Amino acid sequence: MHIDKTYRRAYNIEPSMCWECYSCVKACPHHAIDVRGYADFAPLGHSVRVHRDEEKGTIAWRIKFRNGKKDMELLAPITTKPWGTCIPKLAEVAAPSKDMRDSQLLFNEPRYIRLDDGGLHTLKSNGLKFKAGVYY
Amino acid sequence: MGHKTIIEDDIDILVVGAGLGGTGAAFEARYWGQDKKIVIAEKANIDRSGAVAQGLYAINCYMGTRFGENNPEDHVRYARMDLMGMVREDLLFDMARHVDSAVHQFEEWGLPLMKDPKKGTYMREGRWQIMIHGESYKPIVAEAAKKSADKVFNRICVTHLLMDDDKANRVAGAVGFNVRTGNYHVFKSKTVICGAGGASNIFKPRSVGEGAGRVWYAPWSSGSAYGLMIEAGAKMTQMENRIVLARFKDGYGPVGAYFLHLKTYTQNGLGEEYESKWFPALTEMVGKEYLDTEGQHLSHKPIPTCLRNHAFISEVNAGRGPIHMVTMEAFQDPHLEEIGWHNFLGMTVGQAVLWAATDVDPKYENPELTTSEPYVMGSHATGCGAWCSGPEDVSPPEYYWGYNRMTTVEGLFGAGDAVGGTPHAFSSGSFTEGRLAAKAACQYINDGKAAGIRVSDEQISRLKEKIFKPLETYRVYSNEVVAGSVNPNFINPRQGLDRLQKLMDEYCGGFGVNYMTNEKLLNIGLRKLKTLEEDMESIAASDIHELLRAWELHHRIRTSESVFQHTLFRKETRWPGYYYRGDAMKLDDTNWHVLTVSHRDRKTGEYTMEKAPLYHLVGDEQGE
Ligand SMILES: Cc1cc2nc3c(=O)[nH]c(=O)nc-3n(C[C@H](O)[C@H](O)[C@H](O)COP(=O)(O)OP(=O)(O)OC[C@H]3O[C@@H](n4cnc5c(N)ncnc54)[C@H](O)[C@@H]3O)c2cc1C
Ligand code: SF4
Ligand code: SF4
Repeated sequence: MHIDKTYRRAYNIEPSMCWECYSCVKACPHHAIDVRGYADFAPLGHSVRVHRDEEKGTIAWRIKFRNGKKDMELLAPITTKPWGTCIPKLAEVAAPSKDMRDSQLLFNEPRYIRLDDGGLHTLKSNGLKFKAGVYY
Repeated sequence: MGHKTIIEDDIDILVVGAGLGGTGAAFEARYWGQDKKIVIAEKANIDRSGAVAQGLYAINCYMGTRFGENNPEDHVRYARMDLMGMVREDLLFDMARHVDSAVHQFEEWGLPLMKDPKKGTYMREGRWQIMIHGESYKPIVAEAAKKSADKVFNRICVTHLLMDDDKANRVAGAVGFNVRTGNYHVFKSKTVICGAGGASNIFKPRSVGEGAGRVWYAPWSSGSAYGLMIEAGAKMTQMENRIVLARFKDGYGPVGAYFLHLKTYTQNGLGEEYESKWFPALTEMVGKEYLDTEGQHLSHKPIPTCLRNHAFISEVNAGRGPIHMVTMEAFQDPHLEEIGWHNFLGMTVGQAVLWAATDVDPKYENPELTTSEPYVMGSHATGCGAWCSGPEDVSPPEYYWGYNRMTTVEGLFGAGDAVGGTPHAFSSGSFTEGRLAAKAACQYINDGKAAGIRVSDEQISRLKEKIFKPLETYRVYSNEVVAGSVNPNFINPRQGLDRLQKLMDEYCGGFGVNYMTNEKLLNIGLRKLKTLEEDMESIAASDIHELLRAWELHHRIRTSESVFQHTLFRKETRWPGYYYRGDAMKLDDTNWHVLTVSHRDRKTGEYTMEKAPLYHLVGDEQGE
C-alpha cells in the first residue's frame, strides 16, 4: 500500500503482487481499506471484512456470500495477555553462567522443554547413534 | 545520485530478514550477548513480515515430550520418511529437542494455544501439529525480537552480504536500500544470521493477471536467503527438492486441519477413492522401502507427501479430475464448520474471499483441490537451503565445523528456510533454529573469530553503484520510446520475472509440463537463464519500488540457477509428485542415497557439485 500524494489516500500499487493477506486492512484504524477478490477467479458481489482489537484481544470477521445465502460472523482471540506485557527483556535477566554457555541449552532451558526438571535430549540419553549408509 | 549513504557500524549480530527464524535469532541473541549490538534489517515491517503475515492456525512442529507424546527422534524418523530419506538428521534432532521450549514460551507471551479439555494437553491437529488462535503469531514474536534488538531497520531490502576484505570467505555485514526513501544502508557486522525466507514466484504460478499474487508461499518470499548466501559463496544443499502442494484451488487454503482434524478426505471427479490404485506402480518406481502398498497401513508409516501428490497428478492426467475435498459430511457439525472457516481466516484469508465470491459453501458442496506450482524453501515439507554445521554433541564429522547453523562462510549463519536439509521445522522450528544460530554466533564472536574484519570503502561504493544502476538505466533510456514499457535497451522487473517463470516452468518441471524434466531440458533452461542474467545488466527501474522488484528478481534468478544445477546433478526421480526426471524415472538408492551439495565460485560463477553422505539416526543397542 502506498499513499497517493495528491489525494492523500492509500491505494494498492501492485495488485498482482498482493497476497490478500489483509495486513493492511487490519492495520487501518478507520476501516478505510475494502477488498474484493481478484477478478481472474472471483466474481463480484461478496465481502470479507475484519475488525482487529488489540485491547480486547480479539479479531472479528464478517463473511458475506455473493448469492446472499450466507452471512457469517466469526470471532477469535488473538492474545491471552495484555498486549506485549508478558515478554521478557533479556537484557535484564540474569546472565548465563559459563556452564550454561558450554552446554547445548538455550534461554529458559532445560526448564521450558518439559516444564519439569528433565534435561535436554541427547543421543546418549535416547540410546541413539548416527550411521552412514542406507537406512530407512 | 541523490541517495544518502547511512552506515551502521560495530554491529555484533546482524539479523537479515526477521520472519520466524530472524525473530527467534534476535530474541535469543540478547541472552547470550547482553553487551552485544544486535541489529535487524527487514524488507517489510517486522510486525507482519514473512510467511506468517496473516497468522497461522496451527503450530506444525511440537513434540509434546512434556505430555509423553513424542521424542525428538520420532520426529526425525517421520521427516526422513516424508522426504524419501533425504534430510540432515543431526539438524532435525537438534531442532526437535529444543522446539517445545519455544512453544511453551509463546504460550507465556500470550499466543492462544488450544487445549484438549479431556487430556489436559494441547489440542492436537495431528501427531505433530497443535491448534492455535494464531492471527497475531507474528506480531507477538516480533514484539519479542524488538525487546531484544538495539535497532530495527524496517523496509530495508538487503541485496548483498559484505565480505571481509582481508580474509576470504568471512562475512562482514550486509548492504541494501530503504524501499521507501531509497537511502543506501550499510551494516558492518561481525556475524550475520540470514533469515530472509524461501522462494515463491520462481516457477510460473497457476494464478494469472490481477490475481497473480495468489500464490501459496508469500509473494514477498523472494529467494533472498538463497540469493544472498549463494553469492557470498556458501555451499547449498538439496536445492532440487522443490515442493508442490495439494491445496484448495485458486485460494491455496491449507488442507492440514481439514484432513487431520475435520476428517475430510479426497475423491476424484467420479466420487471414487483414487489414491490406492496408483500405489502398486508407484512402489515399482520408488521401492518397497518407501511405499509398501500392502504393509503401509500396518506399519503406521505415513505416506510421503510427494507420493500422495503423484497419485493426485496421475488421476487428473487420467481424465478423472477434478479432485474434491469431501467437506459435506464433516461440515454438518456446526462446530467443525466453524473451525474450517477459522482455519482460513487465521492464515489464508484469500480462500474465504474466494468461497464467498464463488458461493462455494463447503457444507453443501465439496470444494476443488489443485496441485500448486513448485516452491523452493526449506522449512515446510521440503529441505532446500544452505549446508550448515550441526551441534557439537550430535553431528558426525562431515556435518560439523564448529558453530551450530553456521554455513560454509565464516560468520554467516542461517535459520528457517535458509537452512538446508531441515524440512518439517515450520514456524516453531524456524524460530528455534534462529535461537540456536544466535547462541552460536555469540560464541563465535567470544572465541575471537571475528577479530580484525575490514570492509573497504571501495567495496561499499562498488555495491552502491551496482544497486542503483537500474534507476540510472531507466533515466538514460526511457525517453527513447514514445510511451509504454517496451524499450529496445532494457527490460523491466515484471518482464524479467515473466521470463524466469516461463523458463522455469517449461524446462525445470513446473505445473505446465506436469512437473516433468530431463537432462536435455535442464541444459536448455540453464542456457536461457544465462541470457536472462546477461539482460539483468540492462534491467531498468522507474522508481524505488521497481528497484525492489529488480533485486528480488536477481535473488530469484540466483535461486533458480541453483535449482537447475542440483536437478541436473541428481540423476534419479527421488520425489515423484514434486518433480520427475523423465530420463531417470526410478529412485536409485545405489547411487543417490546422498545429499547434494553445490558451491558457486564467487569470482567465476562456476558451479561444483558433490555428494555428501547421509547419516541416519539408529538405535544404539540394536546396532542396526
Ligand atoms: C500459507 C502458509 C501456511 C503455513 N502454515 C503453517 C502452519 O500451520 N504451522 C506452521 O508451523 N507453519 C506454517 N507455515 C510455515 C511457516 O510459515 C514457515 O515455516 C516459516 O515462516 C519460515 O520462517 P523463515 O524465517 O524461514 O521465513 P519467513 O517467516 O518468511 O521470514 C523471512 C523474512 O525475511 C524477510 N526478507 C526477505 N527478503 C529480504 C531481503 N532481501 N532483505 C531483508 N529482509 C528480507 C521477509 O520480509 C521476512 O520477514 C505456513 C506457511 C504458509 C505460507
Ligand atoms: S492485503 Fe497484504 S499483500 Fe495485499 S496490499 Fe494489503 S498488506 Fe499488502
Ligand atoms: S491507515 Fe487507513 S486511513 Fe490511514 S492511510 Fe492507511 S488506509 Fe488510509
